[in-house]
Amino acid sequence: MTPAELIDAVLALSMEKNVILASYGDMIRVPGSIPGDSLQRRRALGADVRVCYSPMDALDIAEANPTKEVVFLGVGFETTAPGTAAAVLSARERGLRNFSVWSMLKTVEPALRSLMGTEGFNVQGFLCPGHVATILGVEGFRFLPEEYRMPAVIAGFEREDILLAIYKLLKQIAEGRPRIENEYPRAVRAEGNPLARKIMAQCFIPRKDLWRGLGAIPGSGLGLRDAFRDFDAEKKFGVTLPAPAKSACRCGEVITGRLDPAGCPLFGTRCTPEDPVGPCMVSSEGACAAWYKYSDP
Amino acid sequence: MCLAVPLKLIEIHGNDAIGDAMGVRRKLRVDFIPEPKVGDYVIVHAGFAIERLTEQQALEDLETWEELDEALRS
Repeated sequence: MTPAELIDAVLALSMEKNVILASYGDMIRVPGSIPGDSLQRRRALGADVRVCYSPMDALDIAEANPTKEVVFLGVGFETTAPGTAAAVLSARERGLRNFSVWSMLKTVEPALRSLMGTEGFNVQGFLCPGHVATILGVEGFRFLPEEYRMPAVIAGFEREDILLAIYKLLKQIAEGRPRIENEYPRAVRAEGNPLARKIMAQCFIPRKDLWRGLGAIPGSGLGLRDAFRDFDAEKKFGVTLPAPAKSACRCGEVITGRLDPAGCPLFGTRCTPEDPVGPCMVSSEGACAAWYKYSDP
Repeated sequence: MCLAVPLKLIEIHGNDAIGDAMGVRRKLRVDFIPEPKVGDYVIVHAGFAIERLTEQQALEDLETWEELDEALRS
């Protein structure tokens, strides 16, 4: 959900001579405002881009390359934020001065609240992400039925989990009884994981953040606290954001339920899973990618 | 990134640990698991254990994954 202009800034940083960019694998395919221009492409042009499975891998890269600056792209939600925080704490402990995090981390609740306040919002229920709920707990999603009368089911990741969660969601909608149900109880407790939340809060502070297709949402991003400024890539490199680029991608409408993926003029022609334009097509979990894969031609 | 395969902790050194799932070993961190012990089953997200599972829950999950694995091979 990182906006194209932010990706452009990342791509520019990746071309700096002494910089190694470390990122999760799915991020390296996300294009900036020029279609096809991604970290993957920049790597082919000579940028040093490393794929990490864990943020801790980036610390090892920093240790092994003391003359380089290693920048870890912190993306994801409450699932990856605690691990990113733990990596920052660990970097401080290990005295790594050439490691920093560029935080594009986001939080679920402000985004959901903003989505539901969008004009024309057309979603009847939410399948809540299981691993975000592992961190936040069932309590973290209770505002959906209680404040918005929105049916909500916390789902796991196996096919049976998803099917069962959809069934429960449809049942709630049919019965007109919105509530929060936990279909993933083996990994999600009522109170979530307080230790993970504590470490996350130790490093990060909520701030306004930009979303692709949605614009700025107050309090929806996580920035590093000032105590960790030495590990903040934005401060270290004086990052400024270029002006938002115009795009025909209608991802913002797709994720608010106002447009089917096939209704986007780019869908299936200019934008495909092999050559995606928007984030909904990049990730296999994205709405456009799923629509492309499973709809009849 | 959202893998639900549980790992069994087989080594722990501080917050660094090694987990095993169906014979595959993987490094992970256990910062968010209070008092982790060898033999615990955990679910892992991007290199960090985010929750402990009971053995029964973990074995049920693993059974499903083995079934899936078998179905994909045949």
